[in-house]
Amino acid sequence: MAIESLAALMDAGAREDLFEVIVRSDCVDRGVTREASIARMTALYDAIRRARSGYDPALRSRSGMVGGDGAKMRAHAQSGRTICGPYIGGVLAQALEMGESNACMKCIVAAPTAGSCGVLPAVLLPYQERENLPDAAMVRALYVAGAIGQVIAQKASIAGAAGGCQAESGTASAMGAAALCYLAGGSAQAVCHAAALALKSLLGLVCDPVAGLVEVPCVKRNAAGAMIAMSSADLALAGIRSAVPPDQVIDAMREVGDKMDVSLRETGMGGVAATPFGQRVAEQMMENA
Amino acid sequence: MNLFDILGPVMVGPSSSHTAGAVRIGRMAHRLLDEGTPVRADIVLSGSFAATGCGHGTDRALVAGLLGMQTDDERIKDSFAEAAACGMAYAFSRVNLAGEHPNTAKIDLVGASGRTLSMTASSLGGGRIAVVALNGLRVRFSGDLPTLIVQNRDLPGHVRDVSDVLARDGVNIATLHLYRDHPGGDAVMVIEIDKAISAQRLDTLRAIRGITAVTFVGAQEEE
Repeated sequence: MAIESLAALMDAGAREDLFEVIVRSDCVDRGVTREASIARMTALYDAIRRARSGYDPALRSRSGMVGGDGAKMRAHAQSGRTICGPYIGGVLAQALEMGESNACMKCIVAAPTAGSCGVLPAVLLPYQERENLPDAAMVRALYVAGAIGQVIAQKASIAGAAGGCQAESGTASAMGAAALCYLAGGSAQAVCHAAALALKSLLGLVCDPVAGLVEVPCVKRNAAGAMIAMSSADLALAGIRSAVPPDQVIDAMREVGDKMDVSLRETGMGGVAATPFGQRVAEQMMENA
Repeated sequence: MNLFDILGPVMVGPSSSHTAGAVRIGRMAHRLLDEGTPVRADIVLSGSFAATGCGHGTDRALVAGLLGMQTDDERIKDSFAEAAACGMAYAFSRVNLAGEHPNTAKIDLVGASGRTLSMTASSLGGGRIAVVALNGLRVRFSGDLPTLIVQNRDLPGHVRDVSDVLARDGVNIATLHLYRDHPGGDAVMVIEIDKAISAQRLDTLRAIRGITAVTFVGAQEEE
């Protein structure tokens, strides 16, 4: 049986490790053994790593708008001139690289969607290297991230067409925040509040892709989502809690999504898609179709 | 949604609905035809598939699926060349299929033996798909579970015949849906089951009077 609320997750997680709660739920949900479940999640983490090494800075997306920024950011991260420092610079680079790989038809892992595929790798891969963590720990954190996404999908949505970018980037960021908080030894309560803090920070974000493509502003929003995941995890680890209960934050996200005009839900008709620049790209794409 | 609907699919970008979902739609048609790579495919793109499909590689993704590729195959972007190499002819048209989900494709296939298949399927988001029409009949199934599709004359006793054969293999039925055009006309049974059925049992089903076609597709997930 799937986990239905963050309250249920916090409750179960107060008695036993979150990973144990979630892996058991997955076994029941899909009718598989514990070994099969963990093997599949391990394969997924391997796929994330393969996706990272598949990045090619020379590639450009179909529209030509996207490509090469990840490499620029990586060079800057190592330049000694960063505002955020080399570690966060590396996180930003990873987020952009994954988003660009996606836009350029390379293989990625949707988490929870293809457009937001850069957030989780950006916060997890550099953290594993810095902390020298075994893969098994990262796999456990993926279960935690997945469970957060499951609850959000169930109570609200993870699709930009339904709930705007807050549902995609917001969910990805919440998943990343929860995974980081878990890896750093946060309690189940801290984990769920980290997710809620991230979701709140991206509440209201619209889905406004130029020409309807998963390129602009999607790729760069992965960098923003990763930053908010990290800051939210640190807030929660400091003992700071979301004043609004985590499940109610998800309910609010759904409500905001329902109220969002259709032009701001992945139709390519509002926001940055409706700017003169956005309209010109859309016209060019139609001419080339 | 299960845990691996949230984490995954492992896929070639850029869009889970317009690229990965499109690969799965093509692959589902390939598997339903059940005789390898088709020799001809006529593909109708509808709604958002027609409008933004080009930028998302929906066309190349559908062809890749028809060639049997999975969502994570990096040859997807070169699928037109692959199709030429495999001898599969294909043609696209853009028509609005009224009343269908915005991300829908209708695919008509001809196999090497002359066998034909007509399938309409929608991409629902996150890479999940639903087949909504099969050989002219309305249906609805996802292919997430092993799925048995039995086409038959709409006559009494066929549900019993089929469930009897499944029971002999100890196969549990998860869901069962029946569709027909009119009483006594063409009917289709879509049965989602918990494990694969043996080739021998499929032949047993095919031998039953009144059953015109039996197709089995295993669970569509990348392990």
